[in-house]
Amino acid sequence: MPVAVVFLLRTVVLILLWGFVIAAVVAVRNDIFGPKPKKERAPRPARAPRPARQAKPSKKAVLPPARVAVIDGPLAGMSVALSSLPITIGRADDSTIAINDDYVSSHHARLVPNGAVWLLEDLGSTNGTVLDAAKVSGPTEVHAGSQIRIGRTVLELQP
Amino acid sequence: MTDLARPIGSRRHGTEVALIGFGLVLTMFAFTSVSAAYSSKFPSGIVSDGLGFIALAGVAHLAVRKFAPYADPVLLPSAVMLNGLGLVLIHRLDLASASRAKGAGVSAGTAAAPLQLVWTVIGVALFIAVLVVVRDHRRLESLTYTAMAGGLALLVLPALLPASHSTVNGARIWIRFGGFSFQPGEIAKIALEVFFAGYLVRKRDVLALAGRRILGLTLPRGRDLGPVLVAWGASLLILTRESDLGSSLLFFGIFVAMLYVATERRSWLVIGLGLFVVGSLLAYAVIGHVHDRVQIWLHPLDPKTITDQSYQLAQGLFGQATGGIFGTGLGQGRPDLVPFANTDFIASTIAEELGLAGLMAVLVVYLLIVMRGLRAAIGTRDDFGKLLGAGLAFGLALQVFVQVGGVTRLIPLTGLTLPFLSYGGSSLVSNWILLALLLRISDASRRPAPPRPDAPDEAATMAIRL
Repeated sequence: MPVAVVFLLRTVVLILLWGFVIAAVVAVRNDIFGPKPKKERAPRPARAPRPARQAKPSKKAVLPPARVAVIDGPLAGMSVALSSLPITIGRADDSTIAINDDYVSSHHARLVPNGAVWLLEDLGSTNGTVLDAAKVSGPTEVHAGSQIRIGRTVLELQP
Repeated sequence: MTDLARPIGSRRHGTEVALIGFGLVLTMFAFTSVSAAYSSKFPSGIVSDGLGFIALAGVAHLAVRKFAPYADPVLLPSAVMLNGLGLVLIHRLDLASASRAKGAGVSAGTAAAPLQLVWTVIGVALFIAVLVVVRDHRRLESLTYTAMAGGLALLVLPALLPASHSTVNGARIWIRFGGFSFQPGEIAKIALEVFFAGYLVRKRDVLALAGRRILGLTLPRGRDLGPVLVAWGASLLILTRESDLGSSLLFFGIFVAMLYVATERRSWLVIGLGLFVVGSLLAYAVIGHVHDRVQIWLHPLDPKTITDQSYQLAQGLFGQATGGIFGTGLGQGRPDLVPFANTDFIASTIAEELGLAGLMAVLVVYLLIVMRGLRAAIGTRDDFGKLLGAGLAFGLALQVFVQVGGVTRLIPLTGLTLPFLSYGGSSLVSNWILLALLLRISDASRRPAPPRPDAPDEAATMAIRL
């Protein structure tokens, strides 16, 4: 066989091999973060009011959060009013917010009232709880406007 | 509320079909490429054998679609791709030995690829059978002690049979009757994983009890060391009676890993590693076979042994060096110079003809299978499923590590097979069974939870159900 043909065949086999690997990795990625990037971008216009809210942080910080809303993920659109009771989040049926998501532990996190503020606590979950891009290690104060990411779900405390 | 969103555990059939298609295109192209290297004629087998393999992959996919609809979409395509690539490489080595036999004027031995294709058919048939019969992996838990008896029987059978019925190339791990030969250790591995999972689910609380603390490590109580010592003794027994380094290592490694997963105590890993070191040193000092293997590993190019004992490893290393980064191209190298290239040294065949780039791609595919297996284990709701999934996935990872590590001279050579790639019926069939179990666990972990019949009033409790 001519050298050029050998080179071509070899290159195509290697490209196909790595193509398969990349396709499989993309499939795994879609499985974790949702099927299409389009879907992720869709809720963004809804979040547009956020800069406006941040413009007057001093006033907002004083307002105690009144409800926790799910703004992304399988339960997007629903919200739970905050009372004086703690709120548990997890995959287990007895959670206040029960999320059916592989990446959420049975008892994943909870929100506990402490006087006027709410504390977010991770309950030793496998994949962790993220508050405004920082991983939660101990009980952390949550203010209105803060975003909590648990698995594929994003929650927001709203006044 | 149920219609708010599709559950995470949605079916991913489209992805699976696309990935299987990709794997089949790769297989067919590699097949054509191999054939083109040996003759300018259009390969005759590509239509019948190729269509046969495509049909097989299609049937396997339909079975998953029907019997495990929520299963992971990456596992089956990865197995199909590895199996296809394995068939192509075995066929390629057949062509080489046929042309060598022709050159020497002797008749060629039996071709291995058609046999491997038959074993693939049997493997896929058993894969489907397992998916159909085992509708819920939790039912395997009731078979815990049956699995133990069966697994142990299969494991020790070769040691009890006369050597003429059990020994091939020095390793006493076969059952041979007439023309039929079978390596029971591969099936025993799965049976024992089922047993370990069932046993550890029952005993984990005791085994996790804390004993004394030494150097910041919480040790288990002395009286709880029994099971790990039994596993250790049994694997040493396999080593001495059957001269099977690979199975011995695999068996003990899987047990220690599952013990760690079940109890979450790091001290078990330390104890396991300590026992492993003691066992290895003992084996090296006492068992001649093991001593030889280590010497070959340390000095493969020793002029005294290179023509016989370390010939295989040395040729394999030369082959891998020839391959370099991108390989010689399929059908262009001489991987057939390595003895047993299609079983023990299939990894060096890949490294020679597809290069480091090709071997890495294959290893990443194994990594994906293992990762998705562990993912399925984490997501399962029951402890038995978690342990079994973790054991199956870890066993596969350890086997690939020990096998490729031996061929690339990272660790001494042990003589295990590379799952789905190596030539060998027992290995291929048992890996298809293992894959079916992983898919079953994956299906259970991604299936949305069934609605509770007595769901409490939503307004009263504010519980949210999907």
